[in-house]
Amino acid sequence: MEYLKLLGIVIIVIGFAFKWETTAVVVIAAIVTALFSGMSIPDLLTTLGQSFVDNRMVTLFFLTLPMIGLVERSGLKEVAVNGIKKLKHLTPGWILNIYLAIRELTGVFGINLQGQVQFVRPIIAPMTTAAAEVQRKLTAKDEDVLKGRAAAVDNFGNFFAQNLFVASAGVLLIASTMKSLKHTVTPTQIVTYTIPIAIITLIIVGVYNLWFDRRFKREGK
Amino acid sequence: MVDTLLLVMYVLIGVVMAIAGIESFRDHTNPARIGTGLFWILLAISFAFGTLIPPMATGVLIVIIGLLAAFKQIRVGTLPKVDSAYAEVAAKKLGFWVYAPSIVLAIVSVAIAQTKLGGQVGIGIGAVVSFIFAWLLTKASPKVAYAETQRMVRSVGAAGILPQLLATLGAVFTAAGVGTLTAKLIAGVFPAGSHLGGVILYCVAMALFTAIMGNAFAAFAVITAAVGIPFVVAVGGNPAVVAAIGMTSGYCGTLLTPMAANFNSLPVALMEMDDPMGVIKQQAPVSVVLLIVQIALMYVLAF
Repeated sequence: MEYLKLLGIVIIVIGFAFKWETTAVVVIAAIVTALFSGMSIPDLLTTLGQSFVDNRMVTLFFLTLPMIGLVERSGLKEVAVNGIKKLKHLTPGWILNIYLAIRELTGVFGINLQGQVQFVRPIIAPMTTAAAEVQRKLTAKDEDVLKGRAAAVDNFGNFFAQNLFVASAGVLLIASTMKSLKHTVTPTQIVTYTIPIAIITLIIVGVYNLWFDRRFKREGK
Repeated sequence: MVDTLLLVMYVLIGVVMAIAGIESFRDHTNPARIGTGLFWILLAISFAFGTLIPPMATGVLIVIIGLLAAFKQIRVGTLPKVDSAYAEVAAKKLGFWVYAPSIVLAIVSVAIAQTKLGGQVGIGIGAVVSFIFAWLLTKASPKVAYAETQRMVRSVGAAGILPQLLATLGAVFTAAGVGTLTAKLIAGVFPAGSHLGGVILYCVAMALFTAIMGNAFAAFAVITAAVGIPFVVAVGGNPAVVAAIGMTSGYCGTLLTPMAANFNSLPVALMEMDDPMGVIKQQAPVSVVLLIVQIALMYVLAF
C-alpha cells in the first residue's frame, strides 16, 4: 500500500481547509507520512528532528523582531499615517496607487505594516471614500465597492512585494524547502526572480485603479 | 567561519525565544500559560543546542509541540500595549528616521549576502546591526528593549514557527518519496516533458491548492515536491525562477479564497461591509491576469 503515504497531503489539505490548529496539523501530517512510508518510530523521530534542525534558517527572521519592536514603539505607524494624510486632495484611484507604491516599497525593506488593521480600516478606506464623495453622493453599494477595493490594494501590495526582502519568512521558506528537495537556491536568487512580478503588479493594479476612477466619473453623469 | 557565525545566531534566536517563554509563564491572565511557556522553552532548546542534542530528542520535542497545539495549550495571552501617546510624540521627533533601522537591515543583509559569508549570515548580522542602531536611535532603556522583544516574539506566536514546520514537512515528504509517487500518479494523466504544460500545471496547482488550504506556504511545500520539481525543474527549468514564481502564483489563489480569512474576511468585518465577498470580487480580475502573466514569465525565464 504505497499510496497510503499520500495521506499526509490529504491531512494538510483538510486540516488547513477546516482551520484546525495548524501546528498540530503539520506535525501529524509529517508523522503519518513517515509511518506509512515504512519508517520505524525511532527513524521517524530522527528524521523529524534532523529536518527541523536543518531548516532552522527559515526562522532567522525572529532575529529582526527586537528591532521592529523598538521602532514600532517609537512611531513606525504614526510617521506613515502623517505622510499618507497629506494625500487627501487626490482621486480615489490615485490615493490607492500611492498607497500601493508605499506598500511595495515597505515590502522591499521588510517592514510589515499589518495593512488591513493599521492602515486600510482607519486611513485608506475613509480617505478613498471621502475622495469619491467629492465627485458625487455615494450609494451603499459604492461604499462597499470602495472599501473592498482599498482592502484589495493592500493585499496586492503586500503579497507581490513581500518576497523582495531577503529575510522574509516566504523567501526563507522557499530557500529551505528547495534545499530539502535537493535543488539549492539562495535567498538572493529568490528576491531577484520576484522583482518582475512585483513591478508588473504595480503596473496592472495601477491601471486597474485609474480605470476605476474613469468608470466612477462616467457613472456619476 | 560561516558555521560558527550561524551557530551564534541560532543561540541568539534561542535566547529571544527563551525570553518569550519566561514572560509567557509569568502571564497569569493566560489560561494556557504553562503550555505556551513550555512551547517557547522547547523551541529555545532546539535552536540554541540544535546540533548538540541527538536528532531523535529534537523529534520528541516537535511531537510534544504538536500535542500542545492539538490540545490548544499554545496561546498568545495578554501582551503589553504599544503606548500610542508616546508613539505620537516619538513620531514627531524622529520623522522618517524611524524607518532607518529597517533600511539598514535590508542594505547590510543584501551587502553581506554578496560576500563569502552568504545570505543567512547576512540576515543575522543585519538584524544585530539594525537592532543596535534602533536602540541608539530611540534611546530606549534595556528594560524597554527587553519588553519590546518579548512583546514582538509572543505576538508572532506559534504562527511564527509554521514556515519552518512546513519546510520540515517538505523534507519528510522527500525522505518518504512522496514527490516521486505523486509525479508517477500525475504522469499517468499528464505526460511530463512539455515545458509549457509543466509550467501551467505547476502554477495552476499552486493557485488551486492555496485557494483550498487558504495558505500558500503550506501549498508550496506540498505542490513543489509533487509537481514543481518533477514537471518543471526536472525537465530543465531553473529552480530559483520556478520556486520564486511558484510561490507568487500561489498568492493568486490567496486572492480568490474565503479560506484566507486574515486577508479577505477580516477587512469585511473591520469595515462592516455588506457583501462578504466584497474584497474577493475586487481581487478576482487582477488575480486571474497575474496568474496568466506568471505562467508566461516562468516559461520565458526558467527555460
